[in-house]
Amino acid sequence: MKLNSTKELALMANAIRADIIRMVNAAKCGHPAGPLGLAEIFSVLFFSEMDFDPKNPQKERDIFVLSNGHVCAGSYSAMAHAGYFPPEDLLTFRKFGSPLQGHPSRKYFPFIDNSSGPLGEGLGIACGYAAALRLDNKPQRVYCVVSDGEHDEGSTWEAALFAAKYKLDNLVAIMDRNYIQIDGTTEDVMPLDSIEEKYRAFNWNVISIDGNDIPQILSALKQAKDCKGKPTMIIAKTTPGKGVSYMEKNYKWHGVAPKDEDAAKALSELAAERKKIEQE
Amino acid sequence: MELNTQMHLLNPLSPDLKKDSTREGYGKALLELGEKDSRIVALTADLAESVRVHYFAEKFPQRFFQCGICEQNMAVVAAGLAYAGKIPFLSSFGAFSPGRNWEQIRSAICYGNANAKIVSTHTGLTVGEDGATHQALEDVSLMRSIPNIRVLVPCDFEQAKKAIHAAAKINGPVYVRAGREKMPVFTTQETPFELGKISLYKDGSDISIFASGALVHESLLAAAELEKEGISAAVLNVYDLTEMDNSTIEKYAKKTGAFVTVEDHQIKGGLGSAICESVCETHPVPVHRMGMRMEFGQSGKGSELLKHYGLYSSNIAKVAKEQLKTKKR
Ligand SMILES: Cc1ncc(C[n+]2csc(CCOP(=O)(O)OP(=O)(O)O)c2C)c(N)n1
Ligand SMILES: [Mg+2]
Repeated sequence: MKLNSTKELALMANAIRADIIRMVNAAKCGHPAGPLGLAEIFSVLFFSEMDFDPKNPQKERDIFVLSNGHVCAGSYSAMAHAGYFPPEDLLTFRKFGSPLQGHPSRKYFPFIDNSSGPLGEGLGIACGYAAALRLDNKPQRVYCVVSDGEHDEGSTWEAALFAAKYKLDNLVAIMDRNYIQIDGTTEDVMPLDSIEEKYRAFNWNVISIDGNDIPQILSALKQAKDCKGKPTMIIAKTTPGKGVSYMEKNYKWHGVAPKDEDAAKALSELAAERKKIEQE
Repeated sequence: MELNTQMHLLNPLSPDLKKDSTREGYGKALLELGEKDSRIVALTADLAESVRVHYFAEKFPQRFFQCGICEQNMAVVAAGLAYAGKIPFLSSFGAFSPGRNWEQIRSAICYGNANAKIVSTHTGLTVGEDGATHQALEDVSLMRSIPNIRVLVPCDFEQAKKAIHAAAKINGPVYVRAGREKMPVFTTQETPFELGKISLYKDGSDISIFASGALVHESLLAAAELEKEGISAAVLNVYDLTEMDNSTIEKYAKKTGAFVTVEDHQIKGGLGSAICESVCETHPVPVHRMGMRMEFGQSGKGSELLKHYGLYSSNIAKVAKEQLKTKKR
């Protein structure tokens, strides 16, 4: 299912946000801040950019590597709306017996391209996919969502070296640059700036955008396609907890589920936002 | 049920037992140690509160190192601190330390004989909803396979405190396995904790249940169930999995003639293996190893998962009864 207008993509991002709140609230645990900030990126990837067909799983398709697996409430929601499984199942998230594991698992869903949760593995896995597609002369592309916290891990930088060495221009990574991790802001826990300069020094094509701005996401992905001979890193500055006033920019919401009354407040804020988008 | 009085245990069947986690015991003990010894330093990898070193960090900010999500670097930095005379405690989830940084622990800490203490606070199925990737079920095996490191697996909050104090006294590498979930606290300050020893918590003559960590309490409950059916089960707590207490194992092999081992860990390489390795060299008896039967966990509440994988009192009692049939006449 393709959504062609910014408005439709914004409405999808809003629906993803509401799902995230319902899911972590039902599970009574999980990670809301990260995926709330990534909602526009998930919306654009699954409903505009990536080529895939849930009805036709045999068909060759683009690869989606979620490296920061803890934000899966958002990607599960996008996958449900895209038709991989019924949206009702979202509320089984993190519960015993559900395929919607606390961190995404290839064991439970064949359309999930990598099991994740342990940070710092996705970019390397994405390199492997991209190298294989290249070997087989295939046109599909690899999309990797990776977090800023994950850039503490040496393995992420090992993958950055590899991708540049092999000129994996069929790989585009999107970094959730939300400036938070568990114990505080990224710059307090382990300073990363300037991340743009670091990636440039690693010989990547670097594009900086506002990761909550749909036209900017679309245009960065287009620029990535046009870039030959280098992998692309889109540094997407996002607002963690976006759309829920009391969660925004507060690292304490990295991995805490809202209580019922807080969830209700979040959902009413998101419903008001939805009305606004509809009227635009 | 008659407990070994020398162990000063609380009645495991009592509904009034206080509940707390072994990670909390770690955090409290580390704070006590920090007050007494300025060589103690703490490191974590973006999980200060989860691993409970935030108590130490708040009190001794100068001696606390926030390493970021860098488990491998944390292990080698700890080694350097130790070579220079500090006593570092490094902590993360078991899946990442010693999971991700095993080689650094092997070379820089164990081979290098660093006086460093690796404490993991999220281990086993009781990690719960985070699922298979976060449920360290191989950590004891990983650590037991390296020379020159002591491996301690405390069974409750009180014992965790003792394990941490003991770790600080040892001059050399130590691994302590702690857990996330609040569990009944049934040992007391008076309960003995002796390195190299296995503690007999309840004596018995028909079968021996060797348990470690989070499942010692369930094993005592199992013994109570067995007693109702006229079966006398010994329950032994194995908290030091380094060199095994061969004489106690041999004694109970001769006395009971059949063993069950119980752990929140894969059945390969952990307690079950350690008991088999020992008993086969002294007085072989049949051993049934209870634990994860070489599969990955999944999401769910800790208690649901223990139930699903058969790691709860009635099932331990059932397995023990079956195991009686294997005894040589
Ligand atoms: C290897 C590894 N170490 C530690 C963790 C525990 N952990 C889970 S999320 C997280 C913080 C990650 O930072 P980021 O991805 O930027 O988080 P967000 O912005 O979504 O809050 C940590 C330390 C982990 N999952 N994997
Ligand atoms: Mg972040």
